[in-house]
Amino acid sequence: MSANGLSRRAFAGSLAALALPRYAFAQGYAGLGESANGFAPVVPGRAFSFPADHGPHPDFRIEWWYLTANLVDAAGAPCGLQWTLFRQAAASGPQREGWANQQIWMAHAAVTRADTHRFGELFARGGIGQAGVAAKPFAAWIDAWEMKGTDATDDRTLAPVVLKASSADFSYALTLQADRTVVLQGDAGFSRKSERGQASYYYSQPFFRAQGTLRIDDKTVDVSGQAWMDREWSSQPLASDQTGWDWLSLHLASGDKLMLYRLRQKDGQDYPFGNWIAADGRTEQITGRDIQMTPKATAEVAGRKLPVEWQIAIPSKSFSIACKPLNAKAWMGTGFSYWEGPISFAGTHNGVGYLELTGY
Amino acid sequence: MQLATLLIGLISATALWSGVQAINQQARNAYDRAAATFGGTRTAMLVASDAATFPQELFVKLRRAGWPVSPMLEGRVQINGRSIRLLGIEPVTLPVDVGNAPSLGRNDLAAFVGPPGQTLVARETLGDLQQVEGATPAISNGAKLPPLRMQQQLVSDVLVVDIGAAQRLLGKPDQISRLLIGKARGKPAPLASVVGDQLQLVEPNAETELERLTDSFHLNLTAFGLLSFFVGLFIVNSAVGLAFEQRLPMLRTLRACGASARLLNTVLVVELVALAFVAGLVGLVCGYFIAAALLPDVAASLRGLYGAQIPGQLTLRGEWWLAGIGISILGALIAAATSLLKAIRLPLLATAQPQAWQQAQHRWLILQGTAALAVFAVAALLLRYGDSLIAGFGVLAALMLGAALILPAFLEIILRTGQRGARSPLALWFWADSRQQLSGLSLALMALLLALAVNVGVSTMVESFSRTFLGWLNGRLAADVYVSAPDNAKAVAIRNWLRERSEVQAVLSGGRAETQVAGQPVELLGLPDHALYRERWPLLETAPKAWTQLVPGNAAFISEQLSRRLNVRVGDVVEIATPGGNWELDIAGIYADYGNPKGQLTVNVAALLRHFPQTPQTRMGLIVPRDRIPGLIAALQKQFALDDRSVADQATVKAESIRIFNRTFAVTSALNAFTLGVAGIALLTSLLTLANSRLPQLAPLWAIGITRPKLAAIELTKTLSVALFTALLALPLGLLVAWCLLAIVNVKAFGWRLPFHVFPQQLVELVAVALLASLLAALLPVLRLARMQPATLVKVFANER
Amino acid sequence: MLATGLVATQPRHFPSKCATQHEGKFRQTPFIVLDIKNLSKTFTSAGEPVHVLRGVDLDIKAGERVALTGESGSGKSTLLHLIAGLDAADGGTIALEGTEITVLSDAGRAALRRDRLGLVFQQYNLIPSLSVDDNLAFQARIAGRHDAAWHAELVERLGLANLLKRYPEQLSGGQQQRVAIGRALAIKPTLLLADEPTGNLDEDTAENVLALTRDLVARTGCGFLMVTHSLHLAATLDRHVTLHAGRVS
Repeated sequence: MSANGLSRRAFAGSLAALALPRYAFAQGYAGLGESANGFAPVVPGRAFSFPADHGPHPDFRIEWWYLTANLVDAAGAPCGLQWTLFRQAAASGPQREGWANQQIWMAHAAVTRADTHRFGELFARGGIGQAGVAAKPFAAWIDAWEMKGTDATDDRTLAPVVLKASSADFSYALTLQADRTVVLQGDAGFSRKSERGQASYYYSQPFFRAQGTLRIDDKTVDVSGQAWMDREWSSQPLASDQTGWDWLSLHLASGDKLMLYRLRQKDGQDYPFGNWIAADGRTEQITGRDIQMTPKATAEVAGRKLPVEWQIAIPSKSFSIACKPLNAKAWMGTGFSYWEGPISFAGTHNGVGYLELTGY
Repeated sequence: MQLATLLIGLISATALWSGVQAINQQARNAYDRAAATFGGTRTAMLVASDAATFPQELFVKLRRAGWPVSPMLEGRVQINGRSIRLLGIEPVTLPVDVGNAPSLGRNDLAAFVGPPGQTLVARETLGDLQQVEGATPAISNGAKLPPLRMQQQLVSDVLVVDIGAAQRLLGKPDQISRLLIGKARGKPAPLASVVGDQLQLVEPNAETELERLTDSFHLNLTAFGLLSFFVGLFIVNSAVGLAFEQRLPMLRTLRACGASARLLNTVLVVELVALAFVAGLVGLVCGYFIAAALLPDVAASLRGLYGAQIPGQLTLRGEWWLAGIGISILGALIAAATSLLKAIRLPLLATAQPQAWQQAQHRWLILQGTAALAVFAVAALLLRYGDSLIAGFGVLAALMLGAALILPAFLEIILRTGQRGARSPLALWFWADSRQQLSGLSLALMALLLALAVNVGVSTMVESFSRTFLGWLNGRLAADVYVSAPDNAKAVAIRNWLRERSEVQAVLSGGRAETQVAGQPVELLGLPDHALYRERWPLLETAPKAWTQLVPGNAAFISEQLSRRLNVRVGDVVEIATPGGNWELDIAGIYADYGNPKGQLTVNVAALLRHFPQTPQTRMGLIVPRDRIPGLIAALQKQFALDDRSVADQATVKAESIRIFNRTFAVTSALNAFTLGVAGIALLTSLLTLANSRLPQLAPLWAIGITRPKLAAIELTKTLSVALFTALLALPLGLLVAWCLLAIVNVKAFGWRLPFHVFPQQLVELVAVALLASLLAALLPVLRLARMQPATLVKVFANER
Repeated sequence: MLATGLVATQPRHFPSKCATQHEGKFRQTPFIVLDIKNLSKTFTSAGEPVHVLRGVDLDIKAGERVALTGESGSGKSTLLHLIAGLDAADGGTIALEGTEITVLSDAGRAALRRDRLGLVFQQYNLIPSLSVDDNLAFQARIAGRHDAAWHAELVERLGLANLLKRYPEQLSGGQQQRVAIGRALAIKPTLLLADEPTGNLDEDTAENVLALTRDLVARTGCGFLMVTHSLHLAATLDRHVTLHAGRVS
């Protein structure tokens, strides 16, 4: 299930940036360990319904629409991009009108090439239309950044959609296609995050095919490749003693997909988890005991030591790979900062994917 | 002695200059704060093309099109009868590059945005409102402000709330006043393609409106500071000259002994710089006290004249101290330059003069006179072709400089005439010696001339203003009692009650609204049609039957300031924005509106209410027989629980206006006095310097048989007569300065032109003051001469000199 | 200039040898114009009293030209200043033509200098703001003793005719000293006092100036006391006295 969701918890960062200083980290990572008082609880056995669940769930404290893409340009050079929209409710209770609305929105966008990493961020308040998400036809937007479907968008595949973001020194526009339905992570969409019940609702679309253009400074190139979208919402997704996570989404050359993460705890213990998604969409949860995630090399970025190279093995699946980042400097120096960048891997399986490191 | 003189010169040069700088800096900081506060004029913005506010959806449209805009709603609210600016901001989108705006700590964002929210307020304003942090005062419509919270760097007289709260408080749901534009991300779509012609772009203004308005005031202060700085340098110049003169033999000896000129000069410069450093420090401390003493008046002036808010507590930056020391050292070096050059070129042996003093002086006078004529020509050109405030000050500066330069020539002519007419040998010597002393005294006399001329000019202006202002005030304050009700309902009740009172002969209801003309905020004043106004309201220019034209509501009177700003004359048409669309007004008259920082249009009050239905009708003027006034006021206060600010009789309002007026010019008077004082010191030090160097010239006269008291009396008469001649020249110059101030500078700076009056008594007084100052300055050296020991005089004849 | 006539009719000190050109009383026997008795003066230098003059006795007759020499610091100038009333003596008497000047007030001594004394200094001490002509006439006019004819004679004798419009600083040392001498003699003084009048002049000029002075003194018949350090110049005068150890020998 879905640790990945948590991974992107940069949203937490959003509030961290907006409302909470760094000391909040002492109590769980970026406020995600706060109690869920007043917000809707995450319980097992929820029935998902589309397109409604593509839209926002304002009764829950936090939510995100998180997309990463592994692309190559016309010259065959690899690159990656990220598009994320976070929602956070500053207070529980009925939704208030206009400026009084308690939702705050934040978005991150980034492009990464072997020699370049660019990022941007946006903030907006809910209630007035500057940012928001609509389920049908699907649209998620903040200012001029958007992920937008049409009447033709399939509710089950969430495709086709177009994706746009622009900043002073980069911009991109992608069309995303998919021929397989979204995949529920965890236990039918219920993704447990700790032994004490912290959890989130989590589904993904890991089968996006992407095509479009990417501009860095004044240079525009055509790009194409595959993309992975995560949808996750929760009210208290992390335990208070969990300090951060290492998360991977992997596109295997075979067409299979693999999501892996480990939640790091204050006591040094990890909470690893994985989900194997076969090319036909069937999923298989992988428990912590089966996952061996070993940092192999660190890179010093933004004054921190980050494990950007990993040795990963899942003996039960005869899976053993070594991951390397496309660009070790893929640091997201946003209000709440973290490392997020494309990787490639080789071993028993080859492929590309995305790595996220938070809490370092 | 010279050390003291040198220090006095440097200290007075540094003190007044840095005091003025401190005040200017304080004011500029305040303007910066105002300009930067949540998008003053330093920020580019979008405003509605033809209305005060526009729908919020335009904000969303622009954001979606990639425009980095942040919405803002502005209005005024009343708290306990006090009107105050309310600013609604949106902190999440507020551009980070909005100058040095007080940033909301990220911690505070949730508290500011979420319920109950916060009202940010400056410390001064909190005090003015008589509120404490956390209070939630009600505004006039009954709504309560979010809890007040003090924000240190916030500009005063403004309340800052979240935009949502502002919309609620001001009753403007989903409306915004303007959009601040932050740094662009990527290329936003063209403005017109997003919002059509509904919004227009206002480019950022490097200079704020306040700065533009107050420029003249600060220029004025700077001019005073500069004047005294130069006068101070005159002092230094004479002190250094004397010190050098006295050390000449020693320098010669040292040179003769083999000390190199470079070494000697280095030593001299190091000594001078060290002295300048010490004097600069003392001067800065004095400057600090001057600034601190003047600041309350300056703040009052700026508030009264321009509505600019300056905190009354002086804060100084490090740069100020450095600049003060720097200017002291630089000034000392400049003042000492001639002496130092002399030292560098010092020949080992004294040689005979190639020229008689008269010839040298003649050449010097012709040179200086030519320069003066050139400067006068510049003044004439500026007067003819200049059109700005700077040009106005340019004319002033050129006039003063020219007059200063021509002064020695002027005095020379007088003295030469005197010499020609002299019969007795002592009279002959009196004139001849005065002439010879001219070059030594000329700098000090120039300082005296400038200080006097400025004094004459400024006091003539202030007096002219005062007289005009009083007459105007008498006309403007036509009603006998002024009442301001807390709200409309109470106003109706008061009006009804007043109708029952036999002593109330008339109730004149007025109204005020705010609008925009050509993008500038303008005040609309509504007056009832009443004989009292027709008879007494002062108009500068009128169309025929001006008051009758006002009644139907399509004509207005315009304030002099606004008419100049808009270049509007009687008969022109002005278009103003109203909630119901544009309103065309024929200009039927121009009236003086002294002291109002805002442009103003006066219309019939009924017409005003038709176009601005929201206008509160809370103000009224009453016509009441004089002897019934106190009784009526007491009854009103008792009946409606009104405080002193809400009910006032004409005399009180007038007294208050005059008090504000007087305070406005208190600074000018203080600086005037300072400048005259410094000029006096310059004269004193020059005379002291001369006194020493004149001993060899006076001793022979004494030896020949003129007693010391007689010599002293002659010396005193000489000083007083050149001072008198200088003062006499200063009078016409001062009047010219006054004319410049009234006809050029005031018009550019304030927007009003005042009639020019001459006040002979004042001029006589000033001449007397000048003579007194000269007398005081001359007294010390003269007394020293009168009491000088013969031995001292005899030394002049000693063979080894 | 208007006073000239008046002065001419006041022949109190009219020089005997001018009688050929000027009307007035003719003196048969030279009388004593300066009579100094037991004059003493003490200065305080570095806290120690220095007895400069310790009982000087000296007299000068009308028309008599006396040179006063002495070592540096012997008190020559001091003696001269006391005679001129520029300084007050500590003891003794100075009688100028019978007038006891040591008892006079400051104003009285000033009047005495103005009317009866001619002073010449080494530094010339002319009035820089006045022309040569005005300098020359200055004292005489103040004293009310201006005599146009005498003035003209002085101009001619001193060779100043071409320099009258000039100012002191434009003159050479010798020229300036000639003006100073002229100014002193313009009042036809009782006594001409000169303190190293040629000290700043080269030898030739000095000789020349002194010769002129001797002639003019002879012409006016006044007494002449010159302080000098030059024995050579001293020898050209009628009498030579030396100040030594505070006394005149």
